[in-house]
Amino acid sequence: MSTDNPADDARLSPASVDEPTFQNGRADGAADEDAPPVPNSKSSPSAVQPKVEIEDLDFWYDNGDTHALQGISMDIAPHQVTALIGPSGCGKSTLLRCVNRMNELIENTVLEGGIHVDGQDIYAEDTDPVMVRRRVGMVFQEPNPFPKTIYKNVAWGAEVNGYTGDMDALVERSLRQAALWDEVKDQLHSSAYNLSGGQQQRLCIARTLAVHPDVVLMDEPASALDPIATSKVEETITELKQDYTIVIVTHNMQQASRISDETAFLYMGRLVEMNPTDELFTRPEKDRTEAYVTGRFG
Amino acid sequence: MESSNGTFNLRRKRRKRLGMILAGVLFLATIFGVVVLVTLLVDVITTGISWLDGSFLTRFPSRNPEEAGIKSALVGSLWLMGLTALISVPLGVASAVYLEEYAKDGWFLRFIQINIANLAGVPSVVYGMLGLALFVRFAGFENSLLAGALTLSLLILPIIIISTQEALRGIPSGLRESAYALGATRWQVIRSHVLPMAAPGIFTGVILASSRAIGETAPLILVGALTFIPFLPRGAMDQFTALPIQIFNWTARPQDEFRSLAAAAIIVLMILLFTMNLSAILLRNYFEDRRAGA
Amino acid sequence: MSTEPSPTLDAPADDRPQDDLTQQVYNSPKERAIKYLLGACALVSVLTTIGIAAVLVIESIPFFQNVALAEFFGDTRWTPQFANKHFGIWALLSGTVLVTVISAVVALPIGLASAIFISEYAVPWMRQILKPGLELLAGVPTVVYGYFALTFVTPLLQTFIPGLGVYNALSGGIVVGIMIIPMVASLSEDALQAVPDSLGQAAYALGATKFETVVRVDVPAAFSGIMASFILAVSRAIGETMIVTLAAGATPRMTLNPAESIQTMTAFIVQVSKGDTPQGTIVYQSIFAVGLVLFLITLVMNIIANRITLHYQERY
Repeated sequence: MSTDNPADDARLSPASVDEPTFQNGRADGAADEDAPPVPNSKSSPSAVQPKVEIEDLDFWYDNGDTHALQGISMDIAPHQVTALIGPSGCGKSTLLRCVNRMNELIENTVLEGGIHVDGQDIYAEDTDPVMVRRRVGMVFQEPNPFPKTIYKNVAWGAEVNGYTGDMDALVERSLRQAALWDEVKDQLHSSAYNLSGGQQQRLCIARTLAVHPDVVLMDEPASALDPIATSKVEETITELKQDYTIVIVTHNMQQASRISDETAFLYMGRLVEMNPTDELFTRPEKDRTEAYVTGRFG
Repeated sequence: MESSNGTFNLRRKRRKRLGMILAGVLFLATIFGVVVLVTLLVDVITTGISWLDGSFLTRFPSRNPEEAGIKSALVGSLWLMGLTALISVPLGVASAVYLEEYAKDGWFLRFIQINIANLAGVPSVVYGMLGLALFVRFAGFENSLLAGALTLSLLILPIIIISTQEALRGIPSGLRESAYALGATRWQVIRSHVLPMAAPGIFTGVILASSRAIGETAPLILVGALTFIPFLPRGAMDQFTALPIQIFNWTARPQDEFRSLAAAAIIVLMILLFTMNLSAILLRNYFEDRRAGA
Repeated sequence: MSTEPSPTLDAPADDRPQDDLTQQVYNSPKERAIKYLLGACALVSVLTTIGIAAVLVIESIPFFQNVALAEFFGDTRWTPQFANKHFGIWALLSGTVLVTVISAVVALPIGLASAIFISEYAVPWMRQILKPGLELLAGVPTVVYGYFALTFVTPLLQTFIPGLGVYNALSGGIVVGIMIIPMVASLSEDALQAVPDSLGQAAYALGATKFETVVRVDVPAAFSGIMASFILAVSRAIGETMIVTLAAGATPRMTLNPAESIQTMTAFIVQVSKGDTPQGTIVYQSIFAVGLVLFLITLVMNIIANRITLHYQERY
């Protein structure tokens, strides 16, 4: 591992994280002194209020021994697919989990900074993590349906959230949104474990959608799937952005370029660059981004 | 094969043969336990089988071996097992759920874990003394089924807690996470997913713990179950006797007839234990099938 | 593409969950009540330990007001039923030690040998028979073992040892040993399984035979775990009650002769509590003093064994 900027080492200590590294949700190039400063140009129309605003987020594991995220700031636009890319261990999954407070299920972690969803501070004293997760859903790397029927998999989240409407309709609608309805409509009451991996993952997406989140977080949702299942899931994701805001972690750069509108590149717990996807892949601002997207490291 | 410089004297053949012989000794030692078990069963069955008929189960104890039966002991044991399960299972499962799903890592959790491990090693007769002082005398339950069941509950509590904890640890964390991600509360996750998935493991542990409880003798002697009971208990506050107590009683008598009665009662007790163990296995399989299927 | 949610897919407004992020769900009163209820259940195990310690200490205070500690630990006679009462714990303790030593002589080698065989030699189908077999052996109630000791093992021993009494330490000790074999076997096997395969592979690579590898590499590597299993099993033997009550006799005496009738601490407790000894008498009080000694001995052994186990679990 090479650290080409001595400042990197200096800022590993939590004491100096307040160093003004980022502006307007963009990395200003502290890690790449040779990159020319680029004027901040928002890709999405600036009139649109960001769905998720991450402000100067720091995160530690092991009671502060492992500094996993350092001074991350970014805005996530509504009704877009935002991809988080970077080498393994760069903190992209950790960042994703911070957005719906799943990080709190791990013991001995510390978080500083803030995340706002629709302008509401999700880490405020009186904010309830369960309410946050109802608004910000999550799909995981491994397809992990509940050991129940397909129907119950979809209905359970709505049930615990006190859904009082027509459950059959909700299940159908959610399965349709996840592009799974036609494949499973005749076996709704058989076990979800009978489905293929790709179907299971789309079931997990449907299950998440049934809770009516605004934001759907996806942690490498296709990495455990074969190419055909992957393309099905990708299609589904592209469909979903008209109704939801999607943040997807992926280690697959082709996937990021296929499905995302904006891409953020993270490296060693920092946000290196965030730009519209086509820009980031064709004209990266930072050398390190270029090195990564062209496959020179990672 | 001779090596050129001859400094090694490998004696491989001899060493191998020695190893084979010693492995044979290990094998004999291993089957020793099984041989003893078979001997024990054969001895008990040959001695007791002729005394074991339908009326043996339906007669009360008697001073006359020809008329003696295990009705009150068998019914007492079943009562005891039911009450014990009723007390210890909710308590043990709740403890394990707290320790695995709620308690934060720290000195307190470690202290409780060490405490449970040590409790599992406390001699059963000491639990009997606790029951005698706490339930029989202090709480005033006297020599009742309740006092016996409470004592046995504390005795098997560590076993239930430890086996439930193991069952809970076996559940993939991804399942909990995905339930939390749907906006579920801790209890909703536990009730809908964690407990149902852990149920086979918990059931198995509970049945094994109950089979420990049903065979216990010393704690029951301490809480005063060792009396001549020619009637059936009608409630938790009644006096009782139990199968192991009856076996102990008969074995302790010098007459051969009573020892044969003891053997007959042992057959009944062993059948009961065997049935419980078998049902533990069947239940586990049933749940595993259901988990895989619909 | 419209940025508005498509109407067909959007739920009716009244179905949507409340958007108020400050609604307390995770920490709702119900959730908190459940947490405290479960926590209270977990405290029962702690209260049990406190209860055991408190009962034994409080109940044996009257005893020690009548019997000096010097007599308790200094006398070698235990004669609570006689007119001339002596309360020297050594008479009971030596009976316990005698039975425990005999049981250890039986169980430790056989249990360890079983563990080595099952973990290193047995092919899967053998393992599938041997492990449940040992589990069954562990599941036999102690009163059944007591019956076995008295009605089978003692008569068998009497054919080899003429003049052996009906009640003797030997028979009880052997059967206690049989009872704890499964414990030694299964805990030692866990310890052997925890040894990384790479250690054994290295020994094979140096030309060691299977048996040499097992004895010189695997067993030493699992030494602490094996010791823990020995200590736990011996502690179990010390606390064993029904076998010795039925088979080892009711005559407390300081002796190392396994052919004699003796009495263990546990057997004394049972003997007193099954009789009609009235509460408040010194004999009745004495069982709590004996129970306290028994509890302390087994507790110390369990703590040591559990510490060793934790230690080796961390190492691998």
